[in-house]
Amino acid sequence: MSDKSWLSEIPQLDRYQLLSIRKTLDGAYRSFSREYGDSIESFFDPLLSFLIWFEKLLLGTPWWLVIAVLAVFAYAASRSWKLTLGVIVAFFMIGFFGMWDNTMRTMSIILVSTMLAIMIGIPLGISMARSDRVQSIVTPILDVMQTMPAFVYLIPVVMLLGIGKIPGVIAVIIYAVPPVIRLTNLGIRLVDKEVLEAATAYGANPMQRLFGVQIPLAMPNIMAGINQTIMMALAMVVIASMIGVKGLGQPVLKSITNQYFTLGLLNGLAIVALAIIFDRISQSYAKRTLQNFGGH
Amino acid sequence: MSDSSNENKKPLISIKHLYKVFGPNEKKILEQVKAGKSKDDILAETGHTVGLSDINIDIYPGEIFVIMGLSGSGKSTLIRHFNRLIEPTAGEIEVAGSDVMKLKEKELQEFRRNKMSMVFQRFGLMPHRTVLQNIGYGLQVQGVKKAVRQQKAEEWLKTVGLDGYANQYPGQLSGGQQQRVGLARALCTDADILLMDEAFSALDPLIRSEMQDQLIELQEKLHKTIVFITHDLDEALRLGDRIAILRDGILVQQGEPVDILLNPADDYVEAFVKDVNRARALTVETVMQPQICRISSETIGEAVLQMRKSKHDYAYVVNDDGYQGVITQDTLENVEKSDYSNEIDPSLLEDVPSVQNDALLETVIPDMLDNELPLPVLNEDGEVEGNLCRSTLVDVLSEQPNVEEKEKEKEKEKSYV
Repeated sequence: MSDKSWLSEIPQLDRYQLLSIRKTLDGAYRSFSREYGDSIESFFDPLLSFLIWFEKLLLGTPWWLVIAVLAVFAYAASRSWKLTLGVIVAFFMIGFFGMWDNTMRTMSIILVSTMLAIMIGIPLGISMARSDRVQSIVTPILDVMQTMPAFVYLIPVVMLLGIGKIPGVIAVIIYAVPPVIRLTNLGIRLVDKEVLEAATAYGANPMQRLFGVQIPLAMPNIMAGINQTIMMALAMVVIASMIGVKGLGQPVLKSITNQYFTLGLLNGLAIVALAIIFDRISQSYAKRTLQNFGGH
Repeated sequence: MSDSSNENKKPLISIKHLYKVFGPNEKKILEQVKAGKSKDDILAETGHTVGLSDINIDIYPGEIFVIMGLSGSGKSTLIRHFNRLIEPTAGEIEVAGSDVMKLKEKELQEFRRNKMSMVFQRFGLMPHRTVLQNIGYGLQVQGVKKAVRQQKAEEWLKTVGLDGYANQYPGQLSGGQQQRVGLARALCTDADILLMDEAFSALDPLIRSEMQDQLIELQEKLHKTIVFITHDLDEALRLGDRIAILRDGILVQQGEPVDILLNPADDYVEAFVKDVNRARALTVETVMQPQICRISSETIGEAVLQMRKSKHDYAYVVNDDGYQGVITQDTLENVEKSDYSNEIDPSLLEDVPSVQNDALLETVIPDMLDNELPLPVLNEDGEVEGNLCRSTLVDVLSEQPNVEEKEKEKEKEKSYV
């Protein structure tokens, strides 16, 4: 024990050991993806064809019909003429500046990702709320998902599935799903104990309690989670474009590499417009469900 | 309603040796509780809280049974054992002959749907449902068709006096109105047993007494079995046919309101009882003295004889038509012997008003002050069954009634007779 260097320097694996660890892990994962890559890809086939179908649907529909449908949605959710008018003007401007097709592509992938995130997130949030053990397992995973740089988990996804829409959707979901899980969990845990007790006292079974009391009362929180999920999905658009997802992200990427300031700005503004519209629509819907609650 | 009839009846709810310990090792700690270790010691040594300890209660059909105690005494824990919202550590719970502890989950749900309904302190209404949907909730859970439950809910809405609020949300109503909805929801399932957990405690005093009136009025029509939790003795005395008092999870005293008021079991109950307005809580019957001199003779001569035999210097004159008035010894002594064969003339009588035995003391005070002589107490048939004199009333109403002394006095009087 004459060597005291560990006092001044942190003990460290030597280069060859590190290299062998990396080689083993990479090799294992590579052989895993060679072995199962195809079957996993075919597992996602239905999703891929749905994505393509949805994108074609949005691109194939005449612009005025798309705007009309969006305007109806906006009005139905918010009952506000101002917001509806804003939606119409924003989309008209997007088209006017030549970004219509890319916007439709982005919208299709965002909507599908959000839908999937909700379909995964709400049941997971519910099971977290029902069991402290599930919560203690899922919470650290969510922490990792939210803090791990997106590029890091893009690597294995791309290794496994190549570039394209599916890895894009997966990346967007990984990034965007935590808020809806967390807020569903929180919302259900915050449901007034006495109300839940009342349901139990009247003989409600677990399903009746969940769908009749817990989910409706957690709805404002769940809606806030969905809203956050949409926002985060939109934030992923540019990163997703790096693995081949078409849409507003690609021109932005192109303008970064080529220093096209105006092109970048316009596409960036289109993303912002989408974000604001989705945010306002989902928030005003949440607010309207909240109005029935306890307001004097 | 009275205890004498209960003895022949079977209890609807019967709780035996019920224990509840809160904590991870309840079964183990139970042994210590049974061995008689105190609640504080157990908490200090093991971190377990003793919620309830050896509770035995029988509740009979049609009565309002009040469980009373300060916060932390375990009353809310106890009421949640009736429908197993809380699982006991040990003990038996029997409702209408069936052992609630043996019910499986599905059976327990059925039991909760049909046998009991519950009213909560903070109402427990569902904010996302309208008033009408809230009232019909119990029926909806049972799977009753929408049209039927809506119709029933509307009837109960009317009964509790909330006509026209059907499509409001609970958040738009005042506290009292919300609790009416809670009550209507409980009644809407037609369950025989109503559990009311501090149902009126969150309401302000005026609304609270209004709700108490409404409950009493409804109970006269519906004859439910009601378990009512409260920390307010006035409320307990007003509503309860019988009252149980809990302290630190132990049942300190159980009995009719009068027993508790006049014979508190220990200092805790006495402290409770001290602030009660007795004039409003007690009836004449409970404090009257049954030893009186009645004169039912036809003639004055016999009346004089009867009067001499009694130790009183006045007597109540009674004939076939009931109570006539009071005659004093002085009046009788002054009558000429020659008139002894005459009938008792009304002019000899003092006009003293009578009181009914079920009247509250409060209501007889004015008559009491107007008349020197003790007032005769009549029962339902109009017969004189006792009297009420000023000194008794003062004794009962004065702040520190010396209960033991009064008991002794009663004993003494009995031995005289």
